[in-house]
Amino acid sequence: MSIANELLINAREMCSKAGRFTFFTLRLLRVTPAAFKRIGLIWAQIYNTGALSLVIIMLSGLFVGMVLGLQGYDLLRRFGSTESLGVAVGLALIKELGPVVTALLFAGRAGTALTSEIGLMQATDQLAAMEMMAVDPVRRICAPRFIGGIIALPLLAAIFSMIGIYGAQLVGVTLMGVDAGQFWSQMRGAMSINDVVQGIVKSAVFGFACTSIAVYEGYHALPTAEGVGRATTRTVVNSSVAILILDYMLTAVLL
Amino acid sequence: MTQVSTTQPTVPGASRLAATALVQLIDVGYDIQGRTIFDGLNVTMERGKITAVMGPSGTGKTTLLRLITGQIKPTRGQVLVDGVDIRTLDVDGLFALRRGMGMLFQNGALLTDLDVYENVAFPLREHTNLPESLIARIVLMKLHAVGLRGAARLMPAELSGGMARRVALARAIVMDPLLLIYDEPFAGLDPIGLGVVLRLIRDTNDSLGLTSIVVSHDVDEISLLADTAYILAGGRVAASGKPANLRVDDSPLVRQFMGGLADGPVAFHYPAPNYDAQLLAQDVPI
Ligand SMILES: Nc1ncnc2c1ncn2[C@@H]1O[C@H](COP(=O)(O)OP(=O)(O)OP(=O)(O)O)[C@@H](O)[C@H]1O
Ligand SMILES: [Mg+2]
Repeated sequence: MSIANELLINAREMCSKAGRFTFFTLRLLRVTPAAFKRIGLIWAQIYNTGALSLVIIMLSGLFVGMVLGLQGYDLLRRFGSTESLGVAVGLALIKELGPVVTALLFAGRAGTALTSEIGLMQATDQLAAMEMMAVDPVRRICAPRFIGGIIALPLLAAIFSMIGIYGAQLVGVTLMGVDAGQFWSQMRGAMSINDVVQGIVKSAVFGFACTSIAVYEGYHALPTAEGVGRATTRTVVNSSVAILILDYMLTAVLL
Repeated sequence: MTQVSTTQPTVPGASRLAATALVQLIDVGYDIQGRTIFDGLNVTMERGKITAVMGPSGTGKTTLLRLITGQIKPTRGQVLVDGVDIRTLDVDGLFALRRGMGMLFQNGALLTDLDVYENVAFPLREHTNLPESLIARIVLMKLHAVGLRGAARLMPAELSGGMARRVALARAIVMDPLLLIYDEPFAGLDPIGLGVVLRLIRDTNDSLGLTSIVVSHDVDEISLLADTAYILAGGRVAASGKPANLRVDDSPLVRQFMGGLADGPVAFHYPAPNYDAQLLAQDVPI
């Protein structure tokens, strides 16, 4: 009985939060055209979120690629077709692992930074001060970060996949002795522009989800140290779940 | 259980003043989280004058300012600014109204990712297309007025509390507003800074023909500065008038407040259960 009650209350809370989130995202989208007039602010945010995440993305890409190289080599050797390593790794990275892993790392690195930054601005009256200066904080603060994230994430995913492929090549070709010509030519032969577009669409959607969640949580954080901390945690949890669910849905639609 | 004398605020000739009033609160009530902060609040602020709002901590002085600027809406009654009921305004209307207002927040509320210069320049950059050279001159003039021209390139984290307040003041006046609102402008200033800010408020008010609202606890400073003062207590106006008259007022509340006495009609304590009973109880209830 009480568990059912609890569930009901939770479900209601989730619905009302979903409503608030949708409302906020619509507000964000409405001011987005105006925010595009301040290209400098967006540029700064692409630099901020992008540069913040670059090192971790490159490092992770390298190692994910190297693992893929090893596992792929082991698997393909059983079928005697190790020369397909290139295309296997390339497709896995560009269509799946690149966008997803990059988005997860992005949520942990840039998303949390966005939430705590905006949450602290809220807690210290900076957003209220902005409203008093007749400046809409959603347009001036939230929108550039939102747009910047949506642009930065596909770029980061591309870098991730590129370095990942290099890592796989390092292991497969240099270490395991797969023929370099086969590795590259099969990859080029089997992959179409469609695959690349899928990857880009995915990572742009993830960017949309990650940054809108991060900005929403920051903007609605309780104005205390604890409130900002909790909002940051929610950003990571909600973004990660959203990325994985969206990934399945997008894959089902795009394949 | 705030015990407050209910001396009512008969503003002399309220109807006659209405013509020149810039801000008027009529019978305003405000509730938050089940608590009533205001009930039956009547305040009139005249054009071109400095109006002080005083009162014990937690009576809702900041809340009053937030009502006037439309950051919150009254639960009951009307808030009129320049004759317009702020409850009828949409976001654009509110922003248009606020373009004529400057507000100094209690803690400064400087934008922490911009330096002092950019903080003061912020409203200019957002609302005007002035050339950089003109912006620089305006910003330096305002910073000079608060004595911080040399601190232009410091970040807010590198400022003391008093300096941050002065920068916020420079930012509040950079758009030459019609209504300037100061929330506790004197807290945390040294005597020199205090003298400077006092003179600055008076000078900007008189030379630019502004209307100013100053929230403060500092009875002496307010007496020097304000044309009219309101003392809030228990959710309404406990007394109002010229500061000089309030000083010689002999109602218990005004005497307590203007004299800084701990005992009197205004309770120093937030409402609480009986002290002895709470301390002596077995498992101390909180
Ligand atoms: N967001 C809020 N939620 C709940 N209560 C609030 C909120 N904001 C203010 N209050 C309550 O309203 C009352 C008035 O607060 P306000 O900040 O206006 O006081 P104040 O007169 O400015 O005090 P001080 O002189 O200490 O700045 C306080 O008792 C406070 O507890
Ligand atoms: Mg206050």
